[in-house]
Amino acid sequence: MTLGRHLRASYQGAGTWVARHAQVALASLGRLVRSPLSTLMTVCVIGIALAFPAGLYLVVHHIQQFGSGFSGAPSVSVFLRSEVDAEQRSQLAAELRQAVEVDGVQVLSPEQALQEFRQFSGFGGAFDALEENPLPGVLIVETAASLAAPSRVEAFAEQLRSRAEVELVQVDLQWVRRFHAIMDIAVRAVAVIGVLLGLAVLLIVGNTVRLEIESRHAEIEVSKLVGATDSFVRRPFLYGGFWYGLFGGLIAWVLVTLSLWALAGPVQRLAGLYDSNLAFGTGPLILLKLTLTGALVGWGGSWLAVGRHLDRIEPR
Amino acid sequence: MRRSSSQRCSSADRSTASLSAVIEFEHASKRYPGGREGLIDVSFRIAAGEMAFLTGHSGAGKSTLLRLIALLERCSRGQVRVNGRNLARLPRRLVAAHRREVGMIFQDHRLLHDRTVFDNVALPLVVAGLRHKEVQRRVRAALDKVGLLKKDKALPITLSGGEQQRVGIARAVVSRPPVVLADEPTGNLDPELSLEIMRLFEQFNQVGVTLLIATHDISLISTLRHRVLTLDHTRLAADTGERQRV
Repeated sequence: MTLGRHLRASYQGAGTWVARHAQVALASLGRLVRSPLSTLMTVCVIGIALAFPAGLYLVVHHIQQFGSGFSGAPSVSVFLRSEVDAEQRSQLAAELRQAVEVDGVQVLSPEQALQEFRQFSGFGGAFDALEENPLPGVLIVETAASLAAPSRVEAFAEQLRSRAEVELVQVDLQWVRRFHAIMDIAVRAVAVIGVLLGLAVLLIVGNTVRLEIESRHAEIEVSKLVGATDSFVRRPFLYGGFWYGLFGGLIAWVLVTLSLWALAGPVQRLAGLYDSNLAFGTGPLILLKLTLTGALVGWGGSWLAVGRHLDRIEPR
Repeated sequence: MRRSSSQRCSSADRSTASLSAVIEFEHASKRYPGGREGLIDVSFRIAAGEMAFLTGHSGAGKSTLLRLIALLERCSRGQVRVNGRNLARLPRRLVAAHRREVGMIFQDHRLLHDRTVFDNVALPLVVAGLRHKEVQRRVRAALDKVGLLKKDKALPITLSGGEQQRVGIARAVVSRPPVVLADEPTGNLDPELSLEIMRLFEQFNQVGVTLLIATHDISLISTLRHRVLTLDHTRLAADTGERQRV
């Protein structure tokens, strides 16, 4: 029997293979459970390191979704000169509705504008002191989706400005752009933090596994002496890293859920101001993603440590 | 791919080796990093089913010679063959499989002190991936053989030196390797216990196991009529040749 066959013969079928892996996985789990305090500390450190980027990501992700309604074609506010009367106003509105650049026009008379201002600005009382309404009539022009390119919107606004009835044209685009720019920075920042803290988890697991390898030096040596393959020696440590990561992910999920729950009140109020509904949730899918990510990073960290330290242990 | 290459490699090795020799040294030398010589130009053959002693003063190279056979080290010059396999050319991934074919016994036993006698003896079988039932059966048989069946749940530290050595022997033979090496197995034992251990080795030898036992206990080996290889300052100084079995 050649040695290669000898090795393979000992791996009798897939059933044994699965059974052996399950056994090693359970044994590694048992080892962690037997030293609960140090395991809990390691797992909590991993949990916090994972929770931070995960929580930030969720917040940014939700705000981005919330803001996605702002994108596309902007609306253009056309402030009319005060001498423009109601008839001219509706005439202009009708004319604009015919234009290809326009999706719809909402007409606000000075009275409506005043009413809206009183309602939303909080300065309503100030207007009672004024004898006449200082607000002009406004046309809110929803531009067509085909006009989404900023340069074309600008050209359309320029065209409006040249009209005699028009005092001022304001394109409500700037803040949308700023919003998206800020969100881009936030997304990038979360990615950077995620990578850094992912590395931290890798190192934490790596170091923990390294210490474990040191403490099981004799066992590894004797196992190699009686013919343990490298993968046999590696396996319990890889599963150890896997469990650390998995439970770290679980802790991270709990931390994120609690944090978002603490944020829920103010967030609801903010969303209410935008007539919107912004709810942060950490459902089972996020739990799954976090534990899987944790397990994967844990496995990876362990794999790095094992690769570096196991080769050094050879039987004397 | 893997299968064909390993088969080709081993069959080529086999064809150049004598069929009956289990352990074969051909001008084998071992020089350690730093220049210290472990073994110089050693050549000998041990046939299948032979039992031989390896003797010599401390530092003569007995341990080095055994370590070359178990592939704990590789020789720097010459060749070492075990079962017709050239160890110098054995790829790393097959080292584990080679070690499973060579049982090794140490003076300091090398037992795991946080595991029971049973678990210590079971290790070679667990490492080889045997089923639980088979492991149980074989460990019991091995412990029975060395007379420690009743101590299977004990921790090694609670056993006497002779008993610990017998646990080490049970571990070396539990996977029924064709070759068993022992490095000063009686070093810490009194003459009576030493003889007992040697008788145990003779029993293994009678069922076909090839044994090579390093010891400096000249009086002990002179009472047993086996082949004796003598090392002197890392060179093979004398070889009595194969003797008639007792």
